[in-house]
Amino acid sequence: MTQGTQSIHRETFVLNLGPQHPATHGVLRIKLTMDGEYIEDAEPVIGYGHRMQEKMGENRSYAKYLPNTARLDYVAAMFNTHGYVCAVERLAGIAVPERAEFIRVITAELNRVASHLLWVGAFLVDLGGFTPLLYTFDDREQILDLLEATTGARLTFCYYRFGGVCNDIDDDFVAGTRKFIAHLRSRMPMYHAFITKNIIFRKRCEEIAVISAETCRKFGATGPVIRGSGVAYDVRKLEPYSVYPRFNFNVPVYPEGDCMARYRVRMDEIEESLRILEQALDQLPGGPVMAEKVPRILKPAKGDCYFNVESARGTFGVRLVSDGTDKAYRLKLRSPCFSNLSLFQECSRGLLLPDALALLGSLDLVIPDIDR
Amino acid sequence: MSLENLTKKFLEIAVQSAPPAPGPDTPAAEPQPLVVATQHAVKGYDLDVTVPPERVLDAARIMDEAAFMLESITGVDWLAEQQLEVVYDYTCLVSGARVTVRARVPRATPELPSIEALHPGANWHEREAHDFFGLIFTGHPGLIALLLPEDATFHPLLKDFSA
Repeated sequence: MTQGTQSIHRETFVLNLGPQHPATHGVLRIKLTMDGEYIEDAEPVIGYGHRMQEKMGENRSYAKYLPNTARLDYVAAMFNTHGYVCAVERLAGIAVPERAEFIRVITAELNRVASHLLWVGAFLVDLGGFTPLLYTFDDREQILDLLEATTGARLTFCYYRFGGVCNDIDDDFVAGTRKFIAHLRSRMPMYHAFITKNIIFRKRCEEIAVISAETCRKFGATGPVIRGSGVAYDVRKLEPYSVYPRFNFNVPVYPEGDCMARYRVRMDEIEESLRILEQALDQLPGGPVMAEKVPRILKPAKGDCYFNVESARGTFGVRLVSDGTDKAYRLKLRSPCFSNLSLFQECSRGLLLPDALALLGSLDLVIPDIDR
Repeated sequence: MSLENLTKKFLEIAVQSAPPAPGPDTPAAEPQPLVVATQHAVKGYDLDVTVPPERVLDAARIMDEAAFMLESITGVDWLAEQQLEVVYDYTCLVSGARVTVRARVPRATPELPSIEALHPGANWHEREAHDFFGLIFTGHPGLIALLLPEDATFHPLLKDFSA
């Protein structure tokens, strides 16, 4: 090291953020090399909650693994289950009745709204504003009540089954969902008035932690992160699955790439999800909710397939390899949070520590989804 | 870039399939390069490419130039054949087209080049595949444990692993 004033200026220190820290929303550790208040390097250390989910997917039958999928991203568990059942159905050649597909879309979109509401509240807590959390949890609670009555769970849903869903929705659910759509629509202006227009919030988010579209592509970041960088990448539009092509909805895109853009994408997505819900309820057909003659013990044909769903956090992918037995030969779970976090080291360089926490919050991470 | 153009580019680096054994009447057939167009609705991907392990970097370059995104890297242990298959999933952010690139390495020497320099997101995927399968990605800047404990000496997704 050279002597003189330069060496004093360049002195850095290591700061541990986590693994137990409220801003990391789970057991995530970030090893920060700090130059004063500025970040020189930030190395995420993950794996504290690793459970070897992929091995579990290989050593038990397809149906026995199904409840595990809800334990990956427990804030938006529907999407994980959706990806897994769709991959198995694709390989086993099971056709799902129309009504079940509608119910899947309805429950998945409700889950997306619940997940985004939780995120808004938690993000504001990261930035130092506590009150919004109480409002968003109040609204989210209504979704959880609706889903609980139908699926029997409030978070770790195991509602989708190979060939359909396990329980039909009733009139109460339909009426309750319609009521909730109207209720949340009436609340959105309030959210925009006291969050979006809040000057402190805007100063913490606008032009903070700008991520370019190219960086998103290079690191595989998807979901609201890449859409907040100006790329209209949405699996529901590009690789349509279930009955999504039947509904009119937009893919919100903001080109700025800052924390504000990622916030705006999610707020707009809540409204788009409400539109999908409304159309799905209007068009909801009758009929069975389970395919007939789904074998009790599934033995998909030899081969592999890939299935992608648009989860609340990005692209959740399942790569399934079958050897023709009742257990998967290989199950790969492609987690959106894993790839979204991988760009943190690159994008947090040179940021102030509080701004890096804004970036971390805006990525919307669920750590068990990363650790699997 | 259209799938036809991609197919052409991949054909230059793809492996040749083993020619069928010449029978008494049939002459030996020419080996065919393994670039297979698949149905998206059936398989979930549009192009299935098999390359020799030393060419995965070339495949990554083709994908990068076509502005595809690396979605995941994973392995499959084919114990009976004493081979490890490495699977790269790429997707196009504009069309939603998906390309699967495969390479097979011997189980005894599971080495292949890292594509981290072209797709920085591969850094974590390769560390994960190293954890789970013991794959060695040469040229990787820090191939250390990601999800497993730092002192782990086992590779749980190998088929002969038992706890």
